[in-house]
Amino acid sequence: MQTRLFAAPSPHIHGGEKTQQIMGDVILALVPALAVSCYVLGWRVFMITAISVASALLFEYLIQRFLLKGRTTIGDLSAVVTGMLLAFNLPVGIPWWIVVIGSLVAIGIGKMTFGGLGCNPFNPALTGRIFLLIAYPVQMTDWTTSVPDAISGSTMLANVKAGALSLSELDFVSLLGGHMNGSMGEIGALALILGGVYLLVRRVITWHIPVAVLGTMAIFGLSVAIPDGGATLWQLPLFHLLAGGAMLGAIFMATDYSTSPMTHKGMIIYGVGIGVITMVIRLWGAYPEGMSFAIFIMNAATPLINKYCRPKRFGTK
Amino acid sequence: MNELLLTVLTLSVLGALLAVILYFVAQKFRVEEDPRIDDVEKMLPGANCGGCGFAGCRAMAEALVTRDNISSLNCPVAGGEVMGSIAGFLGKSAPQQSPKVATMRCGGTCAKRPKINHYDGALSCAVVNTFYVGESGCAFGCIGYGDCIAACKFDALKLNPETGLVEVDVDKCTACGACVKACPKALIELRKKWPKNRAIYVACRSKNRGAVVMKVCKAGYIGCGKCAKVCQFDAITVESSLAYIDSEKCKLCRKCVNECPTGAIKLEGMEPLPKEPKVAAPKPEVKVETAKNE
Amino acid sequence: MRTFPIGGIHPHDNKEWSKDQAIERLELPDKVAIPMIQHIGAPSTPVVKKGDKVLTGQLIGQSVGFVSANIHSSVSGTVVDVDGYANGQGQRRLMVVIKREGDEWVESIDRSPELKRECTLSSEEIIAKIKDAGIVGLGGAQFPTHVKLTIPDGQKAEVLVINGVECEPYLTSDYRNMLERAEEILTGVEILMRAVKVERAVIGVENNKPDAVAHLREVAQKNNYKNIEILPLKVRYPQGGEKQLIAAATGRQVPPPPALPISVGAVVCNVSTTIAVYEAVQKNKPLIERVVTITGKDLKSTHNYLARFGTPVSRLFELAGLPEGDVKLLNGGPMMGRAIVDITAPLIKGCSGITVLSGKEAARGKELSCIKCGKCVEACPMGLEPYLLSKLGKLQKWDMAEEHYATDCIECGCCSYTCPSYLPLLDYIRIAKQTVMTNIRARAAANKK
Repeated sequence: MQTRLFAAPSPHIHGGEKTQQIMGDVILALVPALAVSCYVLGWRVFMITAISVASALLFEYLIQRFLLKGRTTIGDLSAVVTGMLLAFNLPVGIPWWIVVIGSLVAIGIGKMTFGGLGCNPFNPALTGRIFLLIAYPVQMTDWTTSVPDAISGSTMLANVKAGALSLSELDFVSLLGGHMNGSMGEIGALALILGGVYLLVRRVITWHIPVAVLGTMAIFGLSVAIPDGGATLWQLPLFHLLAGGAMLGAIFMATDYSTSPMTHKGMIIYGVGIGVITMVIRLWGAYPEGMSFAIFIMNAATPLINKYCRPKRFGTK
Repeated sequence: MNELLLTVLTLSVLGALLAVILYFVAQKFRVEEDPRIDDVEKMLPGANCGGCGFAGCRAMAEALVTRDNISSLNCPVAGGEVMGSIAGFLGKSAPQQSPKVATMRCGGTCAKRPKINHYDGALSCAVVNTFYVGESGCAFGCIGYGDCIAACKFDALKLNPETGLVEVDVDKCTACGACVKACPKALIELRKKWPKNRAIYVACRSKNRGAVVMKVCKAGYIGCGKCAKVCQFDAITVESSLAYIDSEKCKLCRKCVNECPTGAIKLEGMEPLPKEPKVAAPKPEVKVETAKNE
Repeated sequence: MRTFPIGGIHPHDNKEWSKDQAIERLELPDKVAIPMIQHIGAPSTPVVKKGDKVLTGQLIGQSVGFVSANIHSSVSGTVVDVDGYANGQGQRRLMVVIKREGDEWVESIDRSPELKRECTLSSEEIIAKIKDAGIVGLGGAQFPTHVKLTIPDGQKAEVLVINGVECEPYLTSDYRNMLERAEEILTGVEILMRAVKVERAVIGVENNKPDAVAHLREVAQKNNYKNIEILPLKVRYPQGGEKQLIAAATGRQVPPPPALPISVGAVVCNVSTTIAVYEAVQKNKPLIERVVTITGKDLKSTHNYLARFGTPVSRLFELAGLPEGDVKLLNGGPMMGRAIVDITAPLIKGCSGITVLSGKEAARGKELSCIKCGKCVEACPMGLEPYLLSKLGKLQKWDMAEEHYATDCIECGCCSYTCPSYLPLLDYIRIAKQTVMTNIRARAAANKK
């Protein structure tokens, strides 16, 4: 055997981390939440997630293969993540065909029109969800098939907002465990936090965005609760952190690479923005939940944040 | 009903008001521009290739209209005729410039110039050029990663996978010069365009001594200088063991082609001269009927 | 434990392959080819011609201009050619080829093994000796040392920082020097302190070499070397970068280019260079040899050789065994080393080691699209945005690349190393940097006119 000399510019070694691996880690981190959801809401959760993932993969393949006529990249697993996150944002009773439409919008409009992975300005799963929320408002807010003993028909956020439920009646421990109405993935705050810790340990995400989002929401909640005083001081912030899509949004949706800022400083600004907008919508807006809109709005601000929050150049003050 | 009317009314009034404001703003900030710039821009090919040295056709049109002397301006894509008509339109004079074509001056095919290492970095000639000579060991030859192809806006360059070299499609080439700038080895030159795609050029840029060239490439120019001796038109100069044929002086007599021992002088679009038996070398008086291809 | 403030990565150091090999003297080659450019700056002018007899240590290339260095013969014998020959990257450089006949040294060189510690020379005399000896930075950058030591008017050096970091994976030549020639290093440091008139020196050593730290400390204490602090640093690449090391050792950040380390009162020198300085000043020995590591997982044996410059690289492989199949040979380490494509090329002053990577180890992964993960931004020790600079380089937006500080890049390779999409970030940033620097120089030249 002959010796063949390789040549390339430096560096000649690589850390070994792959896009695929990062996506795999995110999928793995979503599994506990999926399990909790399955346990609380039944096997339909699994089915809807499977439909969502499969259709996301299929649409990505079809679009890349036949519309763009390029090489297909479904192997990078990013479509799986999009599919899972989309499913996590849907109520469990949703008809399967709406899920497929959501996937089409998420992949087709949210991702591929902008040039595929890494080029999308908005989180594809959120694009899908917001489209469905506007196109199918009835099915998207039908929580009747959810937890048996919860107040049927609407989410806890909606109930609290409408005054149908007072904070003092809430059982915060069951909220942690997923005993509430809501989209499939947003219940079970504990499982989501577990996934978040995994992502932090694997260095897929840094702490900046989740902490900024959740911290802002807590501080905002606290300052709103001050006039009421008493137990509301801890109940209101805690409720807003645990209910709705706060955890899912802060840990998994807002940290999406291509739609969030690059620098730590930018991440903090972005996270604070999401926290504030979410709370404003939740407390004074027309919708009971504002997480997805908040992330969407801050996604749009990301290029601007990137432009003004450049990293600190070595040797400058 | 009342509500509807009110809405329609307010919006109409608002619209009208804004239109008026817009009109005055447009008046105030209007930029005076020579209308001929638009006309000239329409006459230009609109390729925005930058071959003229300006950012695009619009900038070129502006320069053509505003400058008094436009003899140094030339759109290689449009060619002499269009430039002439533009000059006529503007009432200025412009010298006719002969058409040119990009020529890639390396003949080191895979067979003649074997690869001695395997490049594994970013597929760009410029990147290769930042740190070493390239896969073949020839420091002057075509790298073959197609920076020129990427720079060409007219799809006139192709990589021949068999030879590993870039080839110019003479019919598509507009001589905009983008490839000339893109090639880190300065292999591409804009040369005089002969009819029927005829051309003679030295397909080698190696400044190395013959022995060094031969070590890495069998098609290289070895600096023997025979071509320069045989040329009757002073078109060939040899400097640091590299010959250059001036395409403006060359009459396509093809004598140099036969003289070259390595075939480094390329002949295109024509049959070579019949090989004469090698009896006595210096007899230039025998063949005088050259330059018949004009 | 201290380290530099931003960015950096932590590759496996792979030093175990050659760290326990004591320094061996490489047998003298029959023929050497000595390039006339082994430094940053203008090539030196050969002062010998074909047929001349030369002695070991004799001047054969005279430096021209300020940033340039003398070149000396590394063997004694006859000059057989002065012509262009291929360097490791296949580029032709002017070299003096000498056929070796014995090993006869220039008389003024003191070849005795005893340590000569006392130095009473003035700063100017020391720098003049270093200049004559043709000493350049042996860490790899090959910057002429006498230029570095010449403090510009109006500025003052406060601390001498000695680079014993050797943050490149695989390489162990500095490490072996610290273990085996500690006293020469410390004497060299004393001489350098004299040369730049400072009271304090810090030797920065990464903490994956605790024995080197302990040994240097012990020797320094035993022999009463004062004001030389041996500072262990947290293992992090690229700590050996000049600016990173100054930040790690002193906490001061050198401002962006064109500022030099002296602007924060620091002068940096490699440990191996201090040995060369010691030998030049105390023993009149010019720079003609250095310790070269030859290492790699697939080699039959690994070594740390004390080799004369001009020795063909192929000579090392005759001894270490060049593996078959696909390999990548590097002049230097895997992060910043240059690929060698011609093994007949000579060893030069900046070659701290030859690393052999298997094709599999070195092969680049398949490029995917950028997912904007920001890992390159986090890894960049200069606080740049590699993903953006790389794109600007690819699109040839030189003005924008300049606005995003392409010239700050130290080409450490952290960005490419860390990119999960296997994008060749540094490949394009390097083009951007080179072009922007050319543009800046062109502008400066135009302004002068």
